[in-house]
Amino acid sequence: MSDLLSPGGAPVPPAAPAASRGLWRALRRDRWAQASALVIVLVIIAALAAPLLALAEGQDPYTYHTELLDPANGTGAGTLGGISGRHWFGVEPLTGRDLFAIVVYGARTSFLIGLAATVVAIVAGVLLGASAGYTGGWWDTVVSRVTDVLLGFPQLIFMIAVGAVAPAAIPRPLLLIAVIGLFGWPRIARVVRAQTLSLRGRDFVRAARALGAGGVHVFRRELLPNLWAPIIVLTTVTIPANIGLEAALSFLGVGIPPPTPSWGRSISDAINWVQTDPMFLIFPGAALFLATLAFNMLGDGLRDALDPKTAVRR
Amino acid sequence: MNRTLRFVGVRLAGMIAVLLVVSFGTFAVFYLLPTDPALMSCGKPCTPENLAVAREFMGFDKPWIQQYFDFLGAIFTGRTFGTGATAIVCPAPCFGYSFQQNESVLALIGDRLPVTVSLAVGAAVIWLVAGIAAGVASALRRGRFTDRAAMTVTLAGVSAPAYLVGLLGILLFGFTLDVVPVSGYVPLAQSPVDWAWHLVLPWLVLAFINAAVYARLSRGQMLEVLGEDFIRTARAAGLPERTVIGKYALRNVLLPVVTVFAIDLGTLLGGAVITERVFALPGLGGLLVDAVHQVDLPLLMGVSLFAAFFVVLANFVVDVLYGVLDPRARVS
Repeated sequence: MSDLLSPGGAPVPPAAPAASRGLWRALRRDRWAQASALVIVLVIIAALAAPLLALAEGQDPYTYHTELLDPANGTGAGTLGGISGRHWFGVEPLTGRDLFAIVVYGARTSFLIGLAATVVAIVAGVLLGASAGYTGGWWDTVVSRVTDVLLGFPQLIFMIAVGAVAPAAIPRPLLLIAVIGLFGWPRIARVVRAQTLSLRGRDFVRAARALGAGGVHVFRRELLPNLWAPIIVLTTVTIPANIGLEAALSFLGVGIPPPTPSWGRSISDAINWVQTDPMFLIFPGAALFLATLAFNMLGDGLRDALDPKTAVRR
Repeated sequence: MNRTLRFVGVRLAGMIAVLLVVSFGTFAVFYLLPTDPALMSCGKPCTPENLAVAREFMGFDKPWIQQYFDFLGAIFTGRTFGTGATAIVCPAPCFGYSFQQNESVLALIGDRLPVTVSLAVGAAVIWLVAGIAAGVASALRRGRFTDRAAMTVTLAGVSAPAYLVGLLGILLFGFTLDVVPVSGYVPLAQSPVDWAWHLVLPWLVLAFINAAVYARLSRGQMLEVLGEDFIRTARAAGLPERTVIGKYALRNVLLPVVTVFAIDLGTLLGGAVITERVFALPGLGGLLVDAVHQVDLPLLMGVSLFAAFFVVLANFVVDVLYGVLDPRARVS
């Protein structure tokens, strides 16, 4: 989906070398960003400790408990979809699988794909954007044109189509990471390229070049330290976008195949149960919403810290 | 006039190059993935002979480069599959032929397009108006309650997936309050009132998700413009605030917003696809999801390509209009 970055201009201003230090100082004053960071840490812990959490509850996301279903309509028997001391979030309609275990294991799926695709996008975007901005010439033209084409491309439609025809031999998570990463790097590359263009003309870069520094040295020692701040902001807003994409693809039936838990697929399954068992929608939906909201809020806080000009002062 | 023509010509050449690259990329991806479309329609029992016949009929027996040119040529001249009495004609512009549904891809798209367009256009009107209004209002009351409230709501809009908002909307307005229909589509020609009534909830859902992006964009833009010299000059000259904002500032906010809208068309199409699925609207999204389940390769490829062509074409039109209207844009 659209992220917060306007594709037009550079959303992140050129950062001073000491930007990252100022960043942390500004963040220390931003309560919302701190709360978001806390939520993110909690969800990551939940994802890492999913087996332990499920063990504490005494359930797993794969065992059917059809005996817990209301025979009249197929939803979990009891209040709110069968919430009880043994099934903290109730059970899934039709199968009776434990919803709490599904949600915490779903966090693993979301984060694995969201983070890995972000790493792919960031690495490719930074390398391509920085090299295009630094070297200029035909390489810059090629990268810029490809960026334009990919940015305007109807990505989701293409992802659906590729997800449908890709052979089963390719592991699904790998395919999703590759496809989401492939469409993710242009946004990063565009920002990094613009930053690099303005850095290229600065004295310290010129000085390094005049002293005979090669491209790799200039990139690692002169450009990268000045690109960290925008890269951090971009990473924070790319992760929720990618988590949302994985969920959207799973929602449309071309993401992670069952029985591996996925928030998007649970929400998709919940379509038919909205009226009879809204809790089946609420729990995975709230998890997805909280995770993406926390990342976006943190990204917002980071951007405000970097660019006080348009900041919403809270 | 001469320079305008040259500008249009350069852009046109660029667009054709992009279309070629996009079509080749799409073709390559579908060709390289080893799913054999002939297997899907070779009949039972699928003997090697039957398979060979099906492959020849569909043109999959030829070398890949020729397949690509056949495919590309079909868009301009149409294409005939097989010969004699069993031949299937796919008239130009032929974006492929679905052998499973026995219909050309373009005809299938044509059946579904009005639904998607109804959804997308209606929602776009709502979110552009609401988003820009919210963004401008926020910027004018920067840091105050309105600003903070609006920006918090938009953050929720950016973070919430369309299908989640859609399902919650169905739950609240459809089932609990029982005020609007939650699924189905009535063609505009059949009954404009029912058409709009069935689309109210999908429109609002799609608009809520997208308005967030535009509210944030126009807020940032407005803040930037308000700091410009010409605004200060206008104020110093004693123009009423309404004229300064409404006439001078707003115009400079709208331009980039429209540009982003054009660039984002592809994303918007994706959002519409998801919203359709939630509300069981029989649009392009439904066509695509059906094609996924039936592994209808030509249809998948045709829809992807059609969507890509549509976006590239729309961008070209916006680009040219922009360049014609604002000569400064021609330089870059």
